[in-house]
Amino acid sequence: MNWKRATIAAACVVPLIILFGYGLTRDPKDIPSPLPGHEASPFALAVFAPGQPPLNRAPGDTVRLAELKGQVVVLNFWASWCLSCRDEHQILSETAKSYAGKPVHFLGVLYNDEPGNGTQWIEQMGGQSYPSVTDPGARTAINYGLYGVPETYFLDASGRIAYKATGPVNERLIRHVVDSLMAVAAK
Amino acid sequence: MTRLLAAFAFAALGALGAVQQSPADSVLEARTAEVAAQLRCPVCQGLSIQDSPSELSQQMRSVVKDQLRAGKSPDEVKAYFISKYGEWILLEPKPKGFNVLVYLMPVLLVVIGLGWIVVAVRKWTRPPDSPA
Repeated sequence: MNWKRATIAAACVVPLIILFGYGLTRDPKDIPSPLPGHEASPFALAVFAPGQPPLNRAPGDTVRLAELKGQVVVLNFWASWCLSCRDEHQILSETAKSYAGKPVHFLGVLYNDEPGNGTQWIEQMGGQSYPSVTDPGARTAINYGLYGVPETYFLDASGRIAYKATGPVNERLIRHVVDSLMAVAAK
Repeated sequence: MTRLLAAFAFAALGALGAVQQSPADSVLEARTAEVAAQLRCPVCQGLSIQDSPSELSQQMRSVVKDQLRAGKSPDEVKAYFISKYGEWILLEPKPKGFNVLVYLMPVLLVVIGLGWIVVAVRKWTRPPDSPA
């Protein structure tokens, strides 16, 4: 065996294999967001789906982030054409209801969809406890660095983005993040 | 027939609008296209927001245009998108840290390849040892 040749070949091939191996351990869709820890972008968005008492807001009302300061905000971007949004809808709605009366505000933001489709979808899904707003031109979505739906942003009481969840959220995650942020706010 | 005439009139008006685009608009369009070509479409595979027909890309192009119109420089517009999406949003990553590999690897591979070719050609063209 020509050891010199084998050593050169190994020196060329092994780093490439290591590089490809490292690439395979990473999920190309899992892109870290630079936003957690930073001030959330302000928004003023109109309600199209009122939600249910006691969390409801009148259709046409403008929800401003500034007015939610002092509360933990759960901002969920969704669309009626998004299949994964179906998986989390009931969980979000029920969990939001369980936090009624506490300093937590759940808000749905309709992403690249018609309000009429959104309203119909909510009806088909059996209602939604918290209100949803429209986002014309997806300006808020872009301000929040949205890749797709569903994505959920958890804002602390001081208005900073504390956590971003990509894909459908589950109850354990929501409660863990919201309870932690409420505990920090109460200190 | 009426519909056909209306369609012709609409097309003619559109063409007239295109012709009457002011130089300032053309410059803004060109600057928008230049910046948009450097930003990655978040919902596509390896396409810029300039090339992608997706709705989000169109909306992002609109943000680029609005920010340029408002007086931001192309670097400031790119910095805005980096602040929201991270450096991933740039189609050409900045040459620092792990990203340096992207720029170094092709050069390194070409150098290694050329070296191998030189060695191989020398070997093939070496005259056979003359018998003693």
